[in-house]
Amino acid sequence: MVAGLLLILGACGEKAKTPVEIGNEQGILHKGNGTEPADIDPHTTTGMTEYHIQMAVFEGLVSKNPKTLEIIPAVAESWTISDDGLRYTFKIRENARWSNGDKLVAHDFVYSWKRALMPALGNQYAYSVYVIKNAEKFNKNEITDFSEVGVKAIDDLTLAIELEHRTAYFLQLLDHHSMFPVHQKTIEKFGKIDDRGTSWTRAENFVGNGPFSIKEWVPNKIFSTTRNPHYWDNDNVSLNEIHFHPVENVVTEERMFRAGQLHATNDVPLEKVAKYQANQPERISVNPYFGTYFYRLNTTSPLLSDVRVRKALSYSIDRDAITQYVTKTGEISAYNLTPPKIRGFTAQAKQLFDPKEAKRLLADAGYPNGENFPAIEILYNTSEAHKKIALAIQQMWKTTLNIDITLHNQEWKVYLDTQRTMNYQVTRSSWIGDYLDPNTFLDMFVTDGGNNNTGWSNLRYDKLIRLAAKADSQEERYTYFQEAEKLLAEEVPIIPIYTYTVRHLYTDSLQGLNDNILDYQPYKYLSLKKNK
Amino acid sequence: MIKFIFLRVFQAIPVLLFVITITFVMVRSAPGGPFDEDRAAPPEVIKNLNEKYNLDAPIYVQYFDYLKQLAQGDFGPSFKYPNRSVNEMIYTGFPITLELALYAMLFAIFVGVPIGAAAALKPNSIQDYLPMSVSMLGICLPSFVLGPVLVLIFGIWFELLPVSGWGVSAGDKILPTVTLGSTYAAYIARITRGGMLEVLSMDYIRTARAKGLNAYNVVIKHALRPGITPVVTFLGPAIAGLLGGSFVVETIFQIPGLGRFYIQAAFNRDYTMILGTTIFFAALILLFNLISDVILVWLNPKLRKAPSN
Repeated sequence: MVAGLLLILGACGEKAKTPVEIGNEQGILHKGNGTEPADIDPHTTTGMTEYHIQMAVFEGLVSKNPKTLEIIPAVAESWTISDDGLRYTFKIRENARWSNGDKLVAHDFVYSWKRALMPALGNQYAYSVYVIKNAEKFNKNEITDFSEVGVKAIDDLTLAIELEHRTAYFLQLLDHHSMFPVHQKTIEKFGKIDDRGTSWTRAENFVGNGPFSIKEWVPNKIFSTTRNPHYWDNDNVSLNEIHFHPVENVVTEERMFRAGQLHATNDVPLEKVAKYQANQPERISVNPYFGTYFYRLNTTSPLLSDVRVRKALSYSIDRDAITQYVTKTGEISAYNLTPPKIRGFTAQAKQLFDPKEAKRLLADAGYPNGENFPAIEILYNTSEAHKKIALAIQQMWKTTLNIDITLHNQEWKVYLDTQRTMNYQVTRSSWIGDYLDPNTFLDMFVTDGGNNNTGWSNLRYDKLIRLAAKADSQEERYTYFQEAEKLLAEEVPIIPIYTYTVRHLYTDSLQGLNDNILDYQPYKYLSLKKNK
Repeated sequence: MIKFIFLRVFQAIPVLLFVITITFVMVRSAPGGPFDEDRAAPPEVIKNLNEKYNLDAPIYVQYFDYLKQLAQGDFGPSFKYPNRSVNEMIYTGFPITLELALYAMLFAIFVGVPIGAAAALKPNSIQDYLPMSVSMLGICLPSFVLGPVLVLIFGIWFELLPVSGWGVSAGDKILPTVTLGSTYAAYIARITRGGMLEVLSMDYIRTARAKGLNAYNVVIKHALRPGITPVVTFLGPAIAGLLGGSFVVETIFQIPGLGRFYIQAAFNRDYTMILGTTIFFAALILLFNLISDVILVWLNPKLRKAPSN
């Protein structure tokens, strides 16, 4: 049978060019993109998969320099900020266009942000627009007149924005998908302003304003985009097409890469990382990422309401052992919540690795050498990687504290539900920042915050986060954040474990990549080197 | 005959209704909903979403609304993929799954039957032992092992075939077909061998041989047809199994069939999608069982009277 098959294959044995080779010639980038995108409507989607495509087909008022992550002009060519930091005035580019050639004007942003905030649209990211004056009230149906919201088109090319309070990271937010503009006529051709899931994002209907436009979208097969000739900076775009391949299985993705079907992968199978690093270091990229892996502790449970127990648990975890021997892909051991060097902010306060102190604290809490310590459970969502880490921590707690821990895994949505209802003792968690500012991590743990899920509440902490929002200078904000990190380190509602890394495989022909902590690679800077 | 078919179709209705009810209750009782994400959305937003999709109504109201909708042939919109309806997903995904299943079936028949027949001709010789042990391996080897191994050999080492896709580049349908079909080819080979051995030991074959017919005529003309009858009965359940089992192969080879959506839907709590695909597959399996029963009845008139007894 095999012989027969080989015979058939031998007959057509002439080697065809791989998609990567053809892509190099024609400027077509093939990119692995994780799962099938749910939609690409910037106001109803939530994931990175969708954002990777939205970056190609939409553009916000500003974007970021991929080298430095500094804010640079995009649809807006310039802007001014009032002295009190409350009013922003954006000058829209004269030559900004939609992909159908229509002029892109200030009113388009007013319309788009109104849509993003329409209660009935059900935008799960609406809260990222809340910094704009009255936006939250509008979204929560407390006011219904959008003219009270702080967004006005002064004329076609001038957009004025008023904020609730000074927000140091406001410009950073403008590059978030929830702030991308949408084309009014197209939206309204296929439904009302607040209709969710109409067919306006289908390839044949779509109008966007990014460097690329949709060419074809076949679910679970391909999402391809092609150069948008009306894009204002089209002259500086090198790629002609980008094909996003929905490949949820990372092993399949790596095989596609090896077989010349992808220029760039979304991820790399963990067990292959070391091999690539040893044999083909130029084809693998591993970089620190804007996310933290940590354990949440349920501070409302009788056992973990004792800060000494929480500290003992944290102090007996050897993060370096975990990053070196368990995760093994260059993760950075973390002793506080925020990843290092966020626009000049690195938290000073640290949770410790101090087994002796951990033992003493546990004895202090009434459990000398772990005696009478009740059985507790680590919850994680089902995955080999999380299990390995949980096993390592289980072992560390046993060795240092002599306490018995059981592991419990749940399927993703069940786990989310358990975590949200706080039906756990210790749970694996993670957080990826939304915008380049410490606030995206730290405001998570304010009292009753939607993503707090630890039951921890500290009034001083809440106040610090509020103060930081209103602070006049960056230094002042960072002092508040430092104190907030100090409170987290002292009270230990969470145990930080490591800062994430992102992993990709890239062909040699893919040029213009930049290492940065957001893994931000705008497509207009990428190019493909022709085959030799 | 027509009465028999009517009766069977009539019997299928409560079965289908049972499947719908059970699935509906089960997906709803699983913790976590379609809009639960890593980061919590404000409760007001979740409330609006639930209103939009009628998830705030009492569960029995939702159930009857769903049945009403179903009666019109509408599976509703997908929760995860809001700009697509479940009908549309089935419409685009199913033909691909069906095509894959049919190719795999043809592969299984054209590989399995000759091997099984050949093995039966010289029982307990190397010609028997070798293919039968290989087929045992084929039955035991799951597709998530066989697929990647085939990809490694033919896709990456020899660079003969594409490692993924369906109808994108030349030859990309070969590896998925072989991966999915191998297990069934192995089953068919063993079933054929069994059937053939039985037939070959029958008196009329001995008579044919004694009359001096050559081996070809004996085997092909007289033994094969009755020998593969068990294979025919196996095909009905096999095609249902191929359709249901294709999701692993679809994932390995990046095939945009219905199976992949089915699995993802369960993880996403995409209620309408889970229900739609389950009902669709259930109806399909009922249909294939009906067809294979009809064929059996048609082949064996004795059975025709059975239902009315």
